Amino acid sequence: MPDFDAIVIGGGLVGTAVAYGLIRRGQKVGVLDEGDIAYRASRGNFGLVWVQSKGFGVPEYQRWTRRSSEDWAGFSTELLQETGIATGHERPGGLTPCLTESEFDKRQQLMEQLRSEAGDIPFEFDMLRPAALKKMLPVIGPDVVGASYTPYDGHANPLYTLRALHAALLKRGGHYVPGSRIENINAAPRQFSVTVRGETFSAPRVVLGAGLGNKALGAMVGLNVPVRPLRGQIIVTERLQPVLPMPTLMIRQTVEGTIMIGESREEAGFDDATSPEIIRTLAERAVKTFPFLRNVRIVRTWGALRVMAPDGLPVYEQSREFPGAFVCTCHSGVTLAAAHALHYAGYVIDGALPPELARFSTERFNVLAAA
Amino acid sequence: MNAACDLAIIGAGPAGMAAATTASELGLATVVLDEQPEPGGQIYRGIERLAATRPRHLEILGPDYAAGLELTRAFRTARIDYFDSAQVWQVEPAEAVNRVFYKRFGSVGILNAKKVLITVGAMERPMPVPGWTLPGVLTCGAGQTVLKANGLGPGGNGGRFVLAGCGPLLLLLAAQLTRAGIKPAAILETTFNRWAALPHLPGFLAAPGYLGKGLGLLRELKAAGVPMHKGVTRLAIKGDTQAREIEFEWGGSLHREPVDEVFLHQGVVPNGNLAWSLNLAHTWDDAQRAYRPTLDAWGRSSVASILVAGDAGGIVGAKGAEAMGRVAAFAAATDLGKIDHEACERQARDARATLDQHRAARPFLDALYRPAQQWIAPPDADTVVCRCEEVRAGEIRRLVTEQHCPGPNQMKSFVRCGMGPCQGRLCGLTVVEMIAECRQVPVSEVGYYRIRPPVKPVTIGDMAAMDVAVRHDAVGL
Amino acid sequence: MFSLLPDTPRERLNVVINGKTVSVPPGFTAAAAMLLHNAGATRTTPINDEGRAPYCMMGVCFECLMEINGEANQQGCLVIVSEGMRINTQHGKREVQA
Repeated sequence: MPDFDAIVIGGGLVGTAVAYGLIRRGQKVGVLDEGDIAYRASRGNFGLVWVQSKGFGVPEYQRWTRRSSEDWAGFSTELLQETGIATGHERPGGLTPCLTESEFDKRQQLMEQLRSEAGDIPFEFDMLRPAALKKMLPVIGPDVVGASYTPYDGHANPLYTLRALHAALLKRGGHYVPGSRIENINAAPRQFSVTVRGETFSAPRVVLGAGLGNKALGAMVGLNVPVRPLRGQIIVTERLQPVLPMPTLMIRQTVEGTIMIGESREEAGFDDATSPEIIRTLAERAVKTFPFLRNVRIVRTWGALRVMAPDGLPVYEQSREFPGAFVCTCHSGVTLAAAHALHYAGYVIDGALPPELARFSTERFNVLAAA
Repeated sequence: MNAACDLAIIGAGPAGMAAATTASELGLATVVLDEQPEPGGQIYRGIERLAATRPRHLEILGPDYAAGLELTRAFRTARIDYFDSAQVWQVEPAEAVNRVFYKRFGSVGILNAKKVLITVGAMERPMPVPGWTLPGVLTCGAGQTVLKANGLGPGGNGGRFVLAGCGPLLLLLAAQLTRAGIKPAAILETTFNRWAALPHLPGFLAAPGYLGKGLGLLRELKAAGVPMHKGVTRLAIKGDTQAREIEFEWGGSLHREPVDEVFLHQGVVPNGNLAWSLNLAHTWDDAQRAYRPTLDAWGRSSVASILVAGDAGGIVGAKGAEAMGRVAAFAAATDLGKIDHEACERQARDARATLDQHRAARPFLDALYRPAQQWIAPPDADTVVCRCEEVRAGEIRRLVTEQHCPGPNQMKSFVRCGMGPCQGRLCGLTVVEMIAECRQVPVSEVGYYRIRPPVKPVTIGDMAAMDVAVRHDAVGL
Repeated sequence: MFSLLPDTPRERLNVVINGKTVSVPPGFTAAAAMLLHNAGATRTTPINDEGRAPYCMMGVCFECLMEINGEANQQGCLVIVSEGMRINTQHGKREVQA
């Protein structure tokens, strides 16, 4: 008799979202998590629930993202009812401010491409010039030449979301084991066991939701998950009275009142430090976008590691060699949290991923390798 | 404003001033950066101005404070660059040249330094008790700071104040105020196990002057008729918009004392955020109940180009800090090839002997004034632990017991403790003590907050103005 | 209440605390000026609107955040007063002007 219906490895946003999705469908779930120190992308996340940059040239990704963003409000309400913890989710629409004409032109082309690839789903967007933009966001600076806008974008507090997911899991009887470093998964089709800290857990299903750890874990269950770290650095300020009514791609005001500035991308291996060069560049862009930020104090900066596949898309797959073993990994743990909880978990129970997720299979890496 | 030097010293207290003086004598191009407008650190705070403008206050503050004048004079005449009023927000370590980022008079600067010596001193251990966030409640250190720097004392207009907690600083402040004619309504002393200190008495006696000073303070307070309640086990400060009353348990019963001010103290701990932000290896010092950077006998940290001296490296007291500063300067000079190892050993001998003497006094003091568990892990659920984010003890406990929160970083992300402007300085030790208590593991297994630069409140505009390369390749659309 | 010890030199600067002109000796910090002239809370917190006042006086606790010459959230214990400095208590989250 196995201990659980499913073991989820990873206690970050991806792992707990899937685990919560399983448990709300009546599954008995064990979550194995790392300790206090981990490359936990969830703790470094910027917190956008973002549609307007996702899926150029990959309509499946656009649709999956859009679906999650549509589901987010309900997901958030459910977590609030379940745990009393508010995720701070809002969907006021979002902006991508452009500082040069070439950024603006490029942005316009990308938005048009997204609309053309949206298929039967309506995709509304606006390319706003300063006059219109200022009505929406009065604090925008004179260096901003324009911005793209969609009503689909929003944001949430990643930390409250994570806490709510943990609380919901435990409330529904989930078994949570922190401090677990997994050296080995005993794998047979629909029969898995994992030993951590002297305890062995078994289940007919195992879900890998361990971010960068999925590369090594995948190899244990016949899954090729070639994820690598891509560092992002973030600045967060003192709390201010509400001043930004909607998030932008690189700057947003949180529900607590702090301003977050982020969205850098660098290859830095597993080094999650910050660097003055990136912080300066982020700060410079922030002050150009919103000049009021010049005198605002910084409370923290941090670096965090995104979980990136070679093509930047999520990886969803069930092991051929060991059916019952699934991988779920992406760099948008907040945006996709609703989809992971409300849909992906269901596919795990069904024992098969649907055709619309085929684009995210590990097959594509074999094709890449062959090419 | 970019400059280069052999040795950058951060902090101009006893360790920093002594290190700078020694380093200059050894031929190191030395820059001292300090947050205050005058040298002295917290222990000799305001000493130059005080000696010049209100010398009679030197008698109130006593000879240990006045002794700082000599050190300050030597520092002022040393061939060094001294950047007063400079806030160091980040040190970026590198094998060849470290970058020290600082803000001074509204401008940002970068100092390139082959070695960096951190001498940022100590801060008071957080002492979370019910009502400790009320206006009118300060630390003993704060009381002493305004006495030294400003000639300010509590108890004006017939007001009443008490000192609560334990440690040498508490007794010293009480005596200094008494000398100034300002008598505390009571001292609520929390020392709980005097006998534990006894085995360490020989070392304490061997250290020059310590015993006499301690007994002298006690005699002075007794002669002045200051009521001292020894062995207080519980404290709660009450008031609506301001401290009005302190409730305390002593001798098995509950007592109340009307107050206008309360000065809390539960010993001092290394002022650690800069060292933590550098990711230096740390050791849990159970005798001092605090983390300290892991150092060799010369103050070298786990990062080759970074040294730490004085209380920032583990509490040694002002005189010990001064000696340790000199020792670290010799180490830096040796590592930079200014003197050879033999000369270093020879020239540092006196400073090392002095340091050893002062270190020998610590185990007694550490054991005598070891904080009781209720002061470091508040038992009342309503007691505020994180003052900035207003996180209470009950919530921290619940997260550990009910949600299996393993450590301070997960705790921080769940309840925001340590995420406010003080960057965890005032809750870090309490949070790790509480997690350790709940999980029934040693604090060393719990770890500490991951502290990141900037460790001072610089602005977005300051960051944008840094003279470093821009990285449009990594930031932009 | 905090008050000045005897034997403090007579030299004074004028500062304006919450609109009222008061005098303090040179070398005072804004937080020390508040202790001398403004007992009670010097700010309310941005979360529960609790009153707070200077606590550590050495720059580590950030309790003495106050508005100095129009700019909020400054550490009062690290700012030395100058003639005419305007020091105000502050309430809740900082407001910014565009």
